[in-house]
Amino acid sequence: MKRKIFAYPYIVWMLLFILAPMLFILYYAFNINGTFTVSGAWAVFSNADTWSGLWDSVVVSLITTALCLLIGYPAAYILSRMKKSVAGLMSVLLVLPMWMNFVLRTYAWQAILRDFVPDVLGLPSIMYTQAAVMLGLVYNFLPFMILPLYTTLSKMDKSYIEAARDLGANGFVTFFRVVLPLSVPGIVSGITMVFIPSITAFTVPAMLGGGMNELYGNMIERAFKMLASEGNYSYGSSLAIVLFVCVIISTVIMNRMDKNQKEGGQLW
Amino acid sequence: MTTKKRIALLVALLMVFSCLFTVGCGSDDSKTLNILNWGDYIDPELIEQFEEEYNVTINYSELPSNEEMLIKLRSSDNIYDLCFPSDYMIEKLLAEDLIAPLNKDNIPNLANIDAEIMDIAASFDEGNTYSVPYMWGTVGILYNTTMVDEPVSSWNILWDEKYAGQILMYDSVRDSIAVSLIRLGYDINTRNADEVKEAADELIWQKQNVLLAYGTDDIKTTMINGKAALAVIYSGDAFYCCEENTDLAYAVPEEGSNIWFDNIVIPKSSDNKELAEQFINFLCDAEVARQNTEYIYYSTPNAEALKLLDAYFTENETYNPSEAIRSRCAIFHDLGDFTDVFNTEWERLKTS
Repeated sequence: MKRKIFAYPYIVWMLLFILAPMLFILYYAFNINGTFTVSGAWAVFSNADTWSGLWDSVVVSLITTALCLLIGYPAAYILSRMKKSVAGLMSVLLVLPMWMNFVLRTYAWQAILRDFVPDVLGLPSIMYTQAAVMLGLVYNFLPFMILPLYTTLSKMDKSYIEAARDLGANGFVTFFRVVLPLSVPGIVSGITMVFIPSITAFTVPAMLGGGMNELYGNMIERAFKMLASEGNYSYGSSLAIVLFVCVIISTVIMNRMDKNQKEGGQLW
Repeated sequence: MTTKKRIALLVALLMVFSCLFTVGCGSDDSKTLNILNWGDYIDPELIEQFEEEYNVTINYSELPSNEEMLIKLRSSDNIYDLCFPSDYMIEKLLAEDLIAPLNKDNIPNLANIDAEIMDIAASFDEGNTYSVPYMWGTVGILYNTTMVDEPVSSWNILWDEKYAGQILMYDSVRDSIAVSLIRLGYDINTRNADEVKEAADELIWQKQNVLLAYGTDDIKTTMINGKAALAVIYSGDAFYCCEENTDLAYAVPEEGSNIWFDNIVIPKSSDNKELAEQFINFLCDAEVARQNTEYIYYSTPNAEALKLLDAYFTENETYNPSEAIRSRCAIFHDLGDFTDVFNTEWERLKTS
């Protein structure tokens, strides 16, 4: 009984800061000046820009996630093979930039891409391009891919690998038939932790995309900042709900993959 | 514990939490003045000076757009005693009955404001009843003379393929669409949907073919560092940039442009109206206005302050544009419901 009392602050927290804001969004999506209406939702639903914007965001987030996985997996694998003390230090270094606010770090990228790359390195500037946005996203979310992968890989029972080698599997086969399938839980949580923040991102595309390569999050931001002055929260809230549904669907897919793995389903 | 008790406990906790957020700052007895202004738009020394002279605490907040200011003022828990909206936003605030008339007896320094500017301000605030002009400026083109060797006299240069990838536009609905409207020879306050659509089509072509980016404050750094050739910018920012990089120059195109006025107003919900008026009076003081305008680089409407400024400011065409430039510029007016058309076209442009 006493233990349950300790849970109350969390319940209050969830009600106030998770459930209440969502209910507000739902309320505003279907209300204009206090009267129920579906006009805002219909404006979002019937506007082709919504769906093309959402599609662009999904593509950018998928590419970002794929790049994070491609860069993050080898990094996590190398980390997991290091001595515990060295690996600990390395993972601290990995998290170190996160001690600074990501907006500041993105400001730094502005200066790097705008001035350092063309002036010092003599390379063409990619500032204000889709590539710059993706670079910013990959940079910001890479640790969220590496850390769960590292945790899974370092906890993996080494005797499976030894057994595979004893039974004659070469390094290549061992990796693809043993290590990779066993690390799927890490891959799944890494993908979730990168894909969801990327698809909802709006600061990085605003700062590095120069208003030329906007993502879905920027549409929501603009709806609230601009259209809201016309007394219309409905459009922005409806946009947010579309994204919300999209995130839920991807989370469900991810959980299903994870579950399949645990039940012994063969994914790879 | 019964379910009822549990629910009661939960509700109690909820109430404690919400009290923490709402009551937190209400119990202070000393006078506090809450000010909502644009970023970098007052000399912070002046805030300290006022706090000392009048023994008050100033709670100063910043925000980036007229539209966000409106949202804050409209909210039922608005705490601000002073804010600084632009011309067309005053019309909207008046239409929504959100600002209070000023007691001019408390603002004797109002006499320092240029009579001609008061006349222009009367076009959005009849009889100058609700607002006092704070700063003004024009919208124009900032260009780098090492990259652009022809004279900049037309908005057409922002569509010139010669400068593809070197042009920056201002990320704001009214300003960007206005540039396109003027270039096409239309009124910046047009209520003709076809004209707005045509202007947006031109901007979409520009975005897809010659534009480097839409920017706001980052335009300044990009131009100072010589990373773009041409940018749409406000005069005060242009003045600052030209000082930082002497290769830069500012021009208000021949077709005309937008001239704007930011003004001080007191929201109706303010309960510190008299103190707020004292602050307005303080800002209208000639010496204070001089110090302020020298800090923020925007033009002061204060005729007495202008007399105190040295030639570096008064003879600068960016800071103090000639009558010829001023007469070809127009001010924005609130578009009422027609704003929706601008917003829809802007959304189409941004998602293109």
